[in-house]
Amino acid sequence: MSAAALIFALLGLAVAAFLVARARAAAFAGRRVFASAADRISSIHSRPAYHGWYVALWALVPALILVLGWSLVGEGIVADRTIASLPAESRPQTALDRQAFLAEVRGVVSGQLAGAFNPSADAAVPVYRSIKTQWSLVIAGLAALLAASGGGFAWLRVRPHFRARPRVERFVMVVLVLSSLVSILTTFGIVLSLIYESIEFFRRVSPFEFLFGTNWSPQTAIRADQVGSTGAFGAVPLFWGTIFIGAIIAMIVAIPLGLMSAIYLTQYAKPRSRRIMKPMLEVLAGVPTVVYGYFAALTVAPAVRDFALSIGISNASSESALAAGVVMGIMIIPFVSSMADDSITAVPAAMRDGSLAMGATTSETIKRVLIPAALPGIVGGVLLAVSRAIGETMIVVMAAGLAANLTANPFQSVTTVTAQIVQLLTGDQEFDSAKTLSAFALGLVLFAVTLCLNIYALSVVKRYREAYE
Amino acid sequence: MNDMMATMTANAEATMSAPKMTARDVKVFYGEKQALNGVSIDVHSDLVTAFIGPSGCGKSTFLRCLNRMNDTIETARMEGNIELEGHNIYAPDMDVVQLRARVGMVFQKPNPFPKSIFENVAYGPRIHGLSSTKAELDTIVEQSLVRAGLWNEVKDRLQDSGTALSGGQQQRLCIARAIAVDPEVILMDEPCSALDPIATAKIEELIDDLRGRYAIVIVTHNMQQAARVSQRTAFFHLGTLVEYGDTAEIFTNPREQRTKDYITGRFG
Repeated sequence: MSAAALIFALLGLAVAAFLVARARAAAFAGRRVFASAADRISSIHSRPAYHGWYVALWALVPALILVLGWSLVGEGIVADRTIASLPAESRPQTALDRQAFLAEVRGVVSGQLAGAFNPSADAAVPVYRSIKTQWSLVIAGLAALLAASGGGFAWLRVRPHFRARPRVERFVMVVLVLSSLVSILTTFGIVLSLIYESIEFFRRVSPFEFLFGTNWSPQTAIRADQVGSTGAFGAVPLFWGTIFIGAIIAMIVAIPLGLMSAIYLTQYAKPRSRRIMKPMLEVLAGVPTVVYGYFAALTVAPAVRDFALSIGISNASSESALAAGVVMGIMIIPFVSSMADDSITAVPAAMRDGSLAMGATTSETIKRVLIPAALPGIVGGVLLAVSRAIGETMIVVMAAGLAANLTANPFQSVTTVTAQIVQLLTGDQEFDSAKTLSAFALGLVLFAVTLCLNIYALSVVKRYREAYE
Repeated sequence: MNDMMATMTANAEATMSAPKMTARDVKVFYGEKQALNGVSIDVHSDLVTAFIGPSGCGKSTFLRCLNRMNDTIETARMEGNIELEGHNIYAPDMDVVQLRARVGMVFQKPNPFPKSIFENVAYGPRIHGLSSTKAELDTIVEQSLVRAGLWNEVKDRLQDSGTALSGGQQQRLCIARAIAVDPEVILMDEPCSALDPIATAKIEELIDDLRGRYAIVIVTHNMQQAARVSQRTAFFHLGTLVEYGDTAEIFTNPREQRTKDYITGRFG
């Protein structure tokens, strides 16, 4: 019996258990006459549906855990048994052989392969099949036993005074905790794998060279006699490029435009135009970054280069920091604007009224009262925007170029951490070279920086919210 | 008893002075809903005028018409005529910025700006350019805080945040902020409703001290407060002005049955 069929059978069983247990609990009330509502509530603890859930969960959950556990480890047990039952001389010797051998056996069993090349694998097919059938039957039997005993145990506890509700609710709470753990554990897993691969990298390249070196040239040759056999892993040009594009140029574009549009929308716009303009601005946030990417590469970058040439800058590159930064800034505008909008709106109306009642004009009120009061929230929003901008990938991959220049000239091509990670990990790579591993070290740095920015920004925003609540 | 007679005589004399502000047949609408139907009142320059009435009777709405703070409400619309020293404040040539510099306002909840105590008081003089030197500004700030009865409590910590003061001190700071631009009229919208009794007593004393220098209009829920601080009282009910006259008269011998019912606590 396959795992899927077993699970469906268990679900059916649980539904049946729910229905009969609920009916039984409902019958408690049916036979009796209660003096009052209070009497009824005090003599039957839980509503019938809770009894139903209680029995259904006991019937389902232990058996389900068994079946799911089996589907994770069962394949390995069957394979071990199969190989152990073969005569010693036909057993595969190395791990690679073993994998190939099992793949062939499974292929034949599932019908994807007509026959195995390896005669000993062919011989193992019936053995494998019979062991698998045996084990499946054992598991199905065990699951049925667990479901019956669990359900029976719960069924015997269904009594008017049995406290089914708290137990069911505790179970629900455990499920909720487990669901929230999934994303937390995934994050930990990602961080651990980043750290693990980064340690591998730092075995080959010193952290000092990586963090402070100014020469980035990760191309390492496969054979020692080829040109450029030693790569250079000084990541400073990448860090600089990331900051130059994401934190400087993009913010020069995004902060004034975002802030001014937020001021217009919160203070000057009529409710009607605010209703139309705010969603339109937010649509910008929904444009896929790859679309911004080719907008940057095909429209903005050539225009920037032509402009640079026309004002006499001869070494302007067709992939420039300016083009990528400006488009990234445009991408970030709705983000800055909506954070600033929230912060300004959160300033109590009493502040605004107080200032207006002093005879201040709207613009004096904004400059002297609203912006200072909303500043922590705005700063927090800008920091979040920076953290987003330095993690942004598509625009810089398409428009910023790959040359690791250490330059403050916005018309030159620079590269960023994210663009280099893409470059290092796309295509066929061997996972034991410093070149590939350096991507993980870059990722780790990026992760650490954005994490710190996010934590700091959120704490700023939170402190500010508390001040006005 | 003699005191009361004396106050009543004083009031009767005071009513003779020329009105600072006159309102005639003021109607206010919030969208379709009419909040005020035809209110006419004179505000005298050396008296405290109290507006009383149950919640939603329109007294705050009317107060906010006097310095055009209702302009900030999108749906509000006003009809009728309000004059400040004979000039229609709703006339096209009336600048709302100048009007609000002449008619200041103190709100229900103390709303100091999140700035230092000094900057809170200096706010008005700065935006209206009332001082050309730092020394002048210092004088204005000190004088305003002295008049608001707050100077002795805060003179050593003028650079502390205004929001760090107690509720009563914050409200006196707001009054200092309002008088720093030397207005002619001060509107107070339930200035004590968020304060404890001791802070309330201080504000009431302060209102008494300020009388004569500024025309003061105060909206209050508290009838004892109206009786204590005001010389003229207007009773509003359901958007209409029921009765307006000398405070002593209103509280001892109201002409209208509704006024009598309200001040004796039969509804409210």
